[in-house]
Amino acid sequence: MAKYLLLKHYRGAPAPVNDIPMDQWEPDEVEAHVRYMNDFAARLESSGEFIDAQALSPDGTWVSYDGEGRPPVTDGPFAETKDLIAGWMVIDVDSRERAIELAGELSAAPGAGGRPIHEWLEVRPFLTAPPTVTS
Amino acid sequence: MTSGDVELRELVPRVLSVLVRRGADFATAEDAVQEALIRAHAAWENAAPADPTGWLITVAWRAFVDMARSDAARRDREVRFDTEPPAGAVPNADDTLRLYFLCAHPDLTSSSAVALTLRAVGGLTTRQIAQAYLVPEPTMAQRISRAKRTVGRAGVHGLGDVRTVMRVLYLVFNEGYSGDVDLAAEAIRLTRQLAALVDEPEVHGLLALMLLHHARRHSRTGPDGRLVPLADQDRSQWDPALIAEGIAVAQAALARDQLGEYQAQAAIAALHADATRVQETDWVQIVEWYDELLRFADTPIVRLNRAVAVGEADGAPAGLAALAEVDEEVPRREAVAAHLHEKNGDLALAARLYADAARNAPNLAERDHQTRQAARLNQQLQTHR
Repeated sequence: MAKYLLLKHYRGAPAPVNDIPMDQWEPDEVEAHVRYMNDFAARLESSGEFIDAQALSPDGTWVSYDGEGRPPVTDGPFAETKDLIAGWMVIDVDSRERAIELAGELSAAPGAGGRPIHEWLEVRPFLTAPPTVTS
Repeated sequence: MTSGDVELRELVPRVLSVLVRRGADFATAEDAVQEALIRAHAAWENAAPADPTGWLITVAWRAFVDMARSDAARRDREVRFDTEPPAGAVPNADDTLRLYFLCAHPDLTSSSAVALTLRAVGGLTTRQIAQAYLVPEPTMAQRISRAKRTVGRAGVHGLGDVRTVMRVLYLVFNEGYSGDVDLAAEAIRLTRQLAALVDEPEVHGLLALMLLHHARRHSRTGPDGRLVPLADQDRSQWDPALIAEGIAVAQAALARDQLGEYQAQAAIAALHADATRVQETDWVQIVEWYDELLRFADTPIVRLNRAVAVGEADGAPAGLAALAEVDEEVPRREAVAAHLHEKNGDLALAARLYADAARNAPNLAERDHQTRQAARLNQQLQTHR
């Protein structure tokens, strides 16, 4: 078993095929999209592969230490960063192939016109616990 | 976990197999046994009954009948089980073994087989299993109930066998995080139980392998959780009782002259355990055992480990020559290459390879370890410049 992060980007990923911003979809297309995402998570839970799903606000702030006794420096919102993470899903699956397969299904979520978005998702394996047998 | 808990869980496979033999369906029977375990925890707090197995069978059977009845009521059907279990149903070894085979059914994915084995044979709760694998409890509950449905549908057709069971137990031993359950100890307990049921040299080989690795558990990580490689381990911390038992079990298995991969791995572990100082390690014999192991499991990982042993037995150039024949894609190849190049005196190349190994490490502990190795060599290179 291995855990994978399916990472969804606001920006930074290649443009999807069905590249129309969500605010310009028909209301029932938005509904269909949301339902697809919920169903997908529910299906993963019933297959025993679901760990977590979270969405992030696009408003982020860079924070950095600024020396003893001083408040941290902040910068942002980072309008100019090339990559912006929108959210993620964490799955626990038997193989990398299965992780890729599930990411492909998630990318098929319907968008404008009810057609799949073909959104690019980033699939990243988690670092695991070290194995017991090493020699 | 208390020792009483382990003693109670020892009885689980026998109780469950009795229920199944009496005609209970596997999935419901398994839930009923878990229910009986919960009741036993409460009822046995002060004193265990004279016949714990009989107590559990009776309580589990009643729980099963209740579950079957409410299920039948939901579906508007009749249920034909008596509340009192039929007399004379004594646990028997074949039924228990069949339970192991069922949980290692080839239709199950390895993660499902692992989860089902830990629950139905090991008697662990879903919560404990979920914690051990860092998975939310509802997800683990679904994984287990799907696994039960799968084996329920597939039934006895294409049951697992000793091989599939051993692979599942090996996975339990080798992979997993922690929680309040020591998975390695649990794997050893279940493998002991299996070895008592099937007298095959490979099962004993697997048990020996586990015992010998488990003997080193306290020396494998430092107080801060850092990885301590075999060569640097404090061997006085190795568990002599486990080593003695592991070696005895391995020798008895090997004497039967039906070699297999687990016995070969146990022999390698025994040779490491035999050396009270790393300098006393019999690397020549270890290489010979890797050659044997290759006959049963010719995998890139075995070849990679063999290259390390060759490097120790015949020197770094020989090790590097052995490494050249190992698949480029195998995990930890860079770490082995770094080690052999360092041994060969090429510190700059070794430092670069350690850094690569850190970048590609499959877990955090190894990444930190390889980063320290790279930093150590880079510092040496700077002071010698």
